Parts: sequence; structure tokens; C-alpha cells
Amino acid sequence: MRLLTKYIFRRTLQAIPLLFIISIISFLLMTLAPGDPTAMYQNPEAGNEQDFTAIKEQLGVDQPIYIQYYKWLKLLVLEGNLGYSFQDGQPVMDKIVSRIPATLTLMGTAMFIAILLAIPIGVYSAVKKYSPIDYIFTFNSFLGIAVPSFFIALVVILVFSLKLEWFPASGLRSNFDTFDLKDRLHHLVLPSLTLAFGLVASMSRFMRSSMLEVIKQDFVRTARAKGLTERVVIYKHALRNALIPIITILALQLPALFGGTLFIEQLFAWPGMGRLSVSAIFIRDYQVIMGTTMIAAVMVVASNLIADILYALVDPRIQLGKN
Amino acid sequence: MGIPNPSVNRPVALNVKKMTGNDYKIEGKASVIWRRYKKNKLAVVGLGVFTLMCLLAIFAPLLTPYRPDVYDIFDSYYPPGTIPESGEFHLMGTDSMGGDIWTRIVFGARISLSVALLAMICTVSVGIIYGAISGYFGGWVDNIMMRIVDAIQSIPTFFLLLIVAAIITPSLWSTVLVLSVFGWTGMARIVRGEILTLKKRDFIEAARATGEKKSATIFYHVLPNAIAPITVIATLDIASNILAESSLSFLGLGIQPPTPSWGNMLTSAQELTTVMDYVWVVIFPGLFIILTVLAVNFIGDGLRDALDPKMKD
Repeated sequence: MRLLTKYIFRRTLQAIPLLFIISIISFLLMTLAPGDPTAMYQNPEAGNEQDFTAIKEQLGVDQPIYIQYYKWLKLLVLEGNLGYSFQDGQPVMDKIVSRIPATLTLMGTAMFIAILLAIPIGVYSAVKKYSPIDYIFTFNSFLGIAVPSFFIALVVILVFSLKLEWFPASGLRSNFDTFDLKDRLHHLVLPSLTLAFGLVASMSRFMRSSMLEVIKQDFVRTARAKGLTERVVIYKHALRNALIPIITILALQLPALFGGTLFIEQLFAWPGMGRLSVSAIFIRDYQVIMGTTMIAAVMVVASNLIADILYALVDPRIQLGKN
Repeated sequence: MGIPNPSVNRPVALNVKKMTGNDYKIEGKASVIWRRYKKNKLAVVGLGVFTLMCLLAIFAPLLTPYRPDVYDIFDSYYPPGTIPESGEFHLMGTDSMGGDIWTRIVFGARISLSVALLAMICTVSVGIIYGAISGYFGGWVDNIMMRIVDAIQSIPTFFLLLIVAAIITPSLWSTVLVLSVFGWTGMARIVRGEILTLKKRDFIEAARATGEKKSATIFYHVLPNAIAPITVIATLDIASNILAESSLSFLGLGIQPPTPSWGNMLTSAQELTTVMDYVWVVIFPGLFIILTVLAVNFIGDGLRDALDPKMKD
């Protein structure tokens, strides 16, 4: 157990320079690109040059990039403060924190649905390799990867919301007075299923190849030779081993999942982080963009870390002391 | 190591085909690859569909009587078929501005496919150079370069794509640039991995021993041996670029109308009433995106098997 604590400690320390590099890349990209956050205050007809210099000074964007970055970093490290929105002066942290639950609910549900579907699909395809059903699943996952997420969202809204009127097309809830679980779930169905669609496609492919890899191995042959039923061999011996790499795959899918939520939240009017950052991008609210990107990056780095730790815990072949 | 004796080597070489009698024909590399590729039926279909899309793009002006930038606002939202009053034929109907959808699709193919191909060329070149340097030099150079790749891959890059796209004035070249900025990391990783394994092989050792320069060793000896994974990743890059272009343009941050692209033809779909009442405006461009991406992915899948030297035929 001491080894594990040490390992976790070391990996957490390694994550810090990574986050540091991420912040530099994002910051450089945002500030180096031509464009002006004060543009939204400017009215070319009534424009007064002095006012803009004042605004720029107030926002701090008149200073050199490295000073802007230094100030941003100092505020973050010393006070845990992500700065203030250019648009309304609100603390960025507060804005993001109020949006996080909605995004996590959406992503969590999508991931749960995806795991629930992808694992049986992958196992079945691997066990019945090259059967007609395997071909159907394979074609479906190619399709799932080929369809843009916004297009799926449009089709889903059109069919299940506008034509059939089974589910609402937008928002988090329609009951604003009390917390109504049924109402919330009803709103969650379409966005989470849409988000899960692409995820199922790629995850079931990984599950299939992982399972195929395991089935070939000696211990599976041994289990069969012992006279165990096919059911026990597949579900008790093979599946448990095939699931191990899926932990890493799940963590690796996270950045793409964040990208997907941008569109899903936009199209379903879901008040999460994705919607916040899309609107911030259109008005060039640097502080909010920087904040959401960093929070998303922290989540991705953290989940990679958790995946590695879980990996070490469930796979006895990995010995922490030796790397 | 003596001089290779052709009469001994011939029958055992993999790419020698026995013809009638004692006649042998040496099969070229391309023909071996094609023979293996043909076995994957979906890959062949994919290649056919992709070729068709390219032909549509090349011969766009010949395939339609209309121009993509000429509108007739009185003919807007006309369903697929003939307009009764004027007798004009619109295969896939017209959009909100009265533009002919089929015309915009074939001209849009030009833009969407060139953006995807150009961005692929950029990401492949950057990725190969970056990965080759990182893998060949190793040590702290490799360590720093790969941490940067780690960092970029941990950022949900679509956030950053949107930032860049929102800030620079959208055009064909800016879209290519936006797609290339982060697209190269996957290629860099693959090339580095290949080079790390190739580096330890004897023939690279031999090249070094003969006094070849480092850059020459990388380009003449290492890279040609990593061509299989590079080709596959490059193909799959085209598919993801088509998707990313359509996503950017959908949000209005990619190719700007009146220049048609498959993505910006879907911008009107942001209003749900359009989707509801004029479904053909959305369905046709969406279908072309899906078909092309599907085709390219099938090609990539076929190439993966065809180029793998470990695959026995």
C-alpha cells in the first residue's frame, strides 16, 4: 500500500508541469491570434479612442503577453482564482462552478449508457467473430464514427422531439419550482443518448479487439480444457481480463467527449460548461475561455491519473515499484 | 554475405508468382498491396465512393446547369424535383436563398475535400518531422517534445479550435490552418514509436556505421520503413478533417457563404424550424459528409491490412 501512495504522489507531481504546459499553450494561442476582446464594446460610428484605451487598461490586455500570463498564473496559484469575466466582471470560477453539475450529469450519463451498451456488443462481436451480427455491429460502429455529432443531434431532435413529441428538445428542466427527478430525467434522455452514440461506436470496437486478444491466450485454453462451460470461460475468465485496457480507453475518450458536449449542449440548450465556452468564444471573453479550457484539462489529466491508478490496482501484473 | 543468386532466391521470394510451366513473374510492390487490398470488399467500395466524390469535385461545373453563387430568392425552399411555374429542374431542391442544393453539393465537394486534403498534408508533414526528431534523438529532447504532445492531447482541442477559428477571419486557408494546428499529434506519436523500434534494428546500425548523416539516416532508411502506419493515419486524418470542417462550418466559423462547403450548407439547420419543414436542405449535405467519411474510414481499414508486412496472404 505504501508503494501505491508513493506512486499516486509521484504521478500527481508529474501532472503539475503538464497542466503548466497546457496553460501556456492555451494562453499563447488565445493572445497571439489577431483579435481584440474590446471589439464588442466598439461602435465604429461613435467610437472614442480614449475610452477603448481605458477599457483595455482596465481589462489588462494592453500589457505584454508574458505579464498578462504572469498575472493570470499568480492569481490562480495564490488565490485559486481564475480571473474575472470580461463581459460582466463576475469571477470565472463562480461561472464555471455553477455550470459543472449540468455538464457532469450529461457526460456521466452518456458514459454510463455507452459502457452498458459497448461491452456486451464488443464481447458478442468477438465471440461470434465474422458472424452476420458481428458485421452489423462493425458497420454500425463505422457509421457511428462517420456521423458528425451535431448531425445526430439534429436527427434525434427532429424525430423524437418534433415529430413524435416523446421528449423535450431543450433545457435542463421544465419544472422550475421544485426539484423534479422525473422531469430532469425526461430532459436528459435525448442529449445523453446523442452523446453516447459516438462513444458506443468507438468503445465497442476497442472492446471487441481487447476481447479477441484475450481469447487467444493460454489461460483461456486452459479454462476450456478443464471442461468449464463456454459461459464461465467467457464471462468469468476472459471478460475480466479484457476489461482492463478499457479503463484506459475510457480516460482517453474524455477530451473527445468534451468536444462532443460543446455541440450537444449548444443544440439542446443544455446549460453546461460547453455552452458557456461557446458563448464566451463568440464574444472573445478570454478569461472565461481560458478558465473552461483549464478546468476541462484538469478533469482530463485527473481522469488519466485515476485510470492509471485503477489499472495498477486491478492488474496484478503491473508492479509499481519497478518502473 | 555473398552476391545474391537469383536462381536460388527466386522461388522462395514472397512476391514471385508462378505462371504457366517454369515461367515466373516477379510481382511489383504495388500489385501485392492491391491484391491484398482487394480482399476487403468494404475497402474496395470505399475507394469507389471516394473516387466518385473526387470526380464530382473535379467536374463540378459540367454536372450542373446552375452556378453555386447565383441565387434566385423567389425559388427558395423548393422541394426536390421540378419547379412547376418555371419548369426548372432541381434534383435535390433549393435552400433558403434559392440556391440549387445539388449544385452546392458538387461545388462544396471541391472545398470540403481540398480543405481536408490540404490539412492532411500539413498535419502529416509536421507530424512526421516532429515524431522523427523526437524518436531519433531520444533522451531529454524526446522527453520534452513528448510532454508537449501529451499536453496538447489532454486539452479538449475542439475548445481551442473554436478559439482560433473565432479569432482569425474565416477563409479556406484559415480553416486549413485551424485544422492543422492540433491535428499532427497523433501522427507524431506513431512516427516516434515506429522510429524507436526501428532504431534498434541492424540495418539502421549499418547505415550509421557507414557514416551516413543523421538526417539522411532518418529520411532514407528509417522513414520508408514506417510508411505503412503513416499511410493509414494519413487516410484516417482526411476523414477526421472532413468531420471537423463540417463542425466548424456548422457553427459558422469555417468556410463562409456564398462559397459552398458541406459543413456550411448545414448552418441553416441551427434553426429547428428549417429542419422540421425543409428536411432536404439538411439531409443531402449530411448524407454526403457521412458517405465520404465512411468511405475514407473503410479505405484506411483496408490499407491497414494491405500494408501490414506481417499479414500473410
